[in-house]
Amino acid sequence: MRLLDGAVRLAEGMARGEYSAGELARTALEQIARLDSGLGCFITVTGETALEQAEAVDRARARGEGMPLLAGIPMALKDNLCTRGIATTCASRILEGYVPPYDATAWTRLRAVGAVLMGKTNMDEFAMGSSTENSAFRPTANPWDGDRVPGGSSGGSAAAVAAGEAAYALGSDTGGSVRQPAALTGVVGLKPTYGRVSRYGLVAFASSLDQVGPIARTVADCALILQAIAGRDPLDATSAPADVPDYRATLEAGVRGLRIGVPREYFGPGVAPGVGDRVREALAVLAGLGAAVEECSLPHTEYGLAAYYLLAPAEASSNLARYDGIRYGRRTGGRHALRDLYCATRGEGFGPEVKRRIMLGTYALSSGYYDAYYLKAQRVRTLVSRDFHAAFERFDLLAAPTSPDVAFRRGECAGDPLKLYMADALTIPANLAGLPAISVPCGFSRGLPVGLQLIGRAFDEGTLLRAGHAYQEATSEWRRPPPAAGEGGAV
Amino acid sequence: MSGRGRFAAAIGLEIHVELKTCTKLFCGCPNRFGAPPNRLVCPVCLGLPGTLPVLNRRAVELGTLAALALGCQVAPESVFARKNYFYPDLPKGYQLSQYEQPLASGGQLTFSVGGAPRTVRLRRVHLEEDAGKSLHGDDAARAAGTPGHHSLLDFNRCGVPLIEIVTEPELNSPDEARAFLEALKQVLEHAGVSDVKLQEGSLRCDANVSVRPAECGQPGIPVEIKNLNSFRFVQRAAAHEIERQSALLAAGKPVERETRQYLESTGTTETLRRKEQADDYRYFPDPDLLRLRVDPAWLYRLREQLPELPAARRERYRREFRLADEDVEQLVAGLPLACYFERAVALGADPRIAANWTLVELVRLLNAHGRPADAIPLPPEHFVELIALLQAGTLSRPLARAVLEDSFLSGRSPRTIAAASGVTQLTDEAQVAAMVDQVIAAHPGPAADYRAGKGRALDFLVGQVMRQSQGRANPALVNRILRERLGDLTAPAGTDT
Repeated sequence: MRLLDGAVRLAEGMARGEYSAGELARTALEQIARLDSGLGCFITVTGETALEQAEAVDRARARGEGMPLLAGIPMALKDNLCTRGIATTCASRILEGYVPPYDATAWTRLRAVGAVLMGKTNMDEFAMGSSTENSAFRPTANPWDGDRVPGGSSGGSAAAVAAGEAAYALGSDTGGSVRQPAALTGVVGLKPTYGRVSRYGLVAFASSLDQVGPIARTVADCALILQAIAGRDPLDATSAPADVPDYRATLEAGVRGLRIGVPREYFGPGVAPGVGDRVREALAVLAGLGAAVEECSLPHTEYGLAAYYLLAPAEASSNLARYDGIRYGRRTGGRHALRDLYCATRGEGFGPEVKRRIMLGTYALSSGYYDAYYLKAQRVRTLVSRDFHAAFERFDLLAAPTSPDVAFRRGECAGDPLKLYMADALTIPANLAGLPAISVPCGFSRGLPVGLQLIGRAFDEGTLLRAGHAYQEATSEWRRPPPAAGEGGAV
Repeated sequence: MSGRGRFAAAIGLEIHVELKTCTKLFCGCPNRFGAPPNRLVCPVCLGLPGTLPVLNRRAVELGTLAALALGCQVAPESVFARKNYFYPDLPKGYQLSQYEQPLASGGQLTFSVGGAPRTVRLRRVHLEEDAGKSLHGDDAARAAGTPGHHSLLDFNRCGVPLIEIVTEPELNSPDEARAFLEALKQVLEHAGVSDVKLQEGSLRCDANVSVRPAECGQPGIPVEIKNLNSFRFVQRAAAHEIERQSALLAAGKPVERETRQYLESTGTTETLRRKEQADDYRYFPDPDLLRLRVDPAWLYRLREQLPELPAARRERYRREFRLADEDVEQLVAGLPLACYFERAVALGADPRIAANWTLVELVRLLNAHGRPADAIPLPPEHFVELIALLQAGTLSRPLARAVLEDSFLSGRSPRTIAAASGVTQLTDEAQVAAMVDQVIAAHPGPAADYRAGKGRALDFLVGQVMRQSQGRANPALVNRILRERLGDLTAPAGTDT
């Protein structure tokens, strides 16, 4: 068994007594030790606590206690999810040395089912970016090609799962930050419906768009992880009171009779031919399994990106105001006047992309510009949502590429933020509409992974998971480990 | 009218009132005054990364009760916005406050100025969170116990629920502004929404003042005044500002739109910031909170729960208890006393005596022993008992005063105290008559004076009997027997109890 086989299969092996949680944790630590100096998936590795958590699971199992499937499985958290007693940096200098006094709800819930935390993963600073090059500490490499980016902003989480440094990880998705890196590293990434998973303890980037989601090797793993983290949280007013169905119970139901819409706007000239081809082939597979696949239109898609790059920076400019060097994190010393202290601390603490977005957002919210930018973007958001509503009258799912292209070379988009922003064009609409979406590996183009994106109705993650699982069961290419993964964390 | 006849003033007020909830507006920290610094804090009110606000239902209830008490229209939907600005005691970098869609709008308050009724309209009532407290300079050095350039932050107050009440700018004089605030304070106290303790900062006020030529219909340029820590300061600051602006206008100079602060030491105002330096708060709806929707059934129940307001209480005291206007005003102005008074009446006390003894004797004891009016140690049952003893003539007024104080301090019942010390009033006619005879014998001069028609000599003789009885003799009885003994048989029976 390998870490690359995913959480469900690892759990089965552990239940059969093939290995202990302690052995799994040590395997993951060895894989990290072997690979991570090259890959840069982790900002913080929590080896000691991982072994303690794993041993606690083993002791409980030895006592004959019934254990949840995720108990003892090594995993990782994006470094914007707060962990009590463990540094949480958002890959930013401004949070250097910051140790939260509380746990994010998603982590609290995973800990409750015995998850073993290997560490905190690298990301674009404050989740702003699509390549993990905006980390203040170091970029993360794509395990398929060390010269290429793993996508972002949850690039560390995706690369860690792709390379077998953790069986699964949590990321956050504001405009595609779970799905796009999953696509670029050949793993599965699920963005749940807005409100499905508590945001409490997720360091906010754009509060009306942020959502915590799993990155894993299989859709079945994602179902298991979502089951553990989903549901109403009294600490998050925007978390939905909707019931959480039993995702595993419907996972095997297949796609026969499912109506899948294929919005033509998602296959425009910006989409690389190799990517479009793989996605169409995947749709043929789904059709072969009994789904009804039909072209459709989401006419306002092209405006989504522009609306997003007003709304997300607007919210970010406010969310990031708290990093002022007064109460926690980094403070630039030697400044006596308050304004100087703010300017020096924020000037040195934030990277260029974060500053760019704070300025964009501040401008969009400014008196005299608010109506023209922020309010207009909100109207576009409504139109994008209506497109989806209309489409879901006819379809159960929508299918599209996750990313317009495969992983690009590091530095390729440096100095051209607009080009980088385009990387999110196909993932952003689901965030604007608050809908669940999943990226499932669907083959390779130029030797690099391609992702199939499925978008579902609000709170209908079940259908997404069911279709994604059916596709994975019908294909096997996704099992191929990336060259960097070596043994893939064999235990 | 302004201080100078040629000009008319318009004053508008913005009043911030802390709601008396158990916990803060968006987290579970206690909402309490006076704790050591930074003890009533948690990750949420400290604005730590990743934390989220969850709205306190009780704060919405109290805010809505305040709005109902002020006759506002409660909006079916209201929205919390972020007011963005940087300051160290604002840990999120923004304040959550209702902006475009407030909790309630409209409304009015009727109050009396110099005996005449006056009604001022309100613009809105909205909910918001309080910021922390900053200490600078000498205050900080004192608090830190070390000299030097410190600024200290206390986040206990951060996140405490506030309502902001905004009036139309239609108060015409500093006296009106003050009378309005006194009346508003009463309404909020009676509605049960706030402690309205100015000294603890649970009611704070900003004023905007504008002056225009009296014959001119156009409103003047409003100047905002901050740092008004008492109603008296509001009155003084407004008066000074009206003077200042009138003088400018009289000299043909323009009034600048600006924010000024009141200086307690001089009673004047000075520029804090000019309008061109005004902050752009970049308000936008807070994405972390849902729209606040008011259920009509809930609103209906809340309206039912609205306590009796000052105007209704005044009317009832006059009608039901036939109290004098002065007593009515004093009771309504001090709600805890009014409540105490009503409990006593409910237990059977005579309303007018109870009102008098509450406002005079109880208040004297509270002041003398430094007790707040909302913590009267004397159970109302004891108070009622005392009044009964007084009415029955068992205790004279001076005795009753002494027994009240004893009971107030010891907790023993007035009946027990009176019985134990034997201080009940002497009403035995034979005993009193014996004392009267002794006094007449000992003071033949005054007795003769009285017989000769000098009425005032009687007071002296009564006083002597009272002294001899150590204050226990029933004064009415003493009076009657003295008159009888001195041959004045036509004198009416005394009414003094």
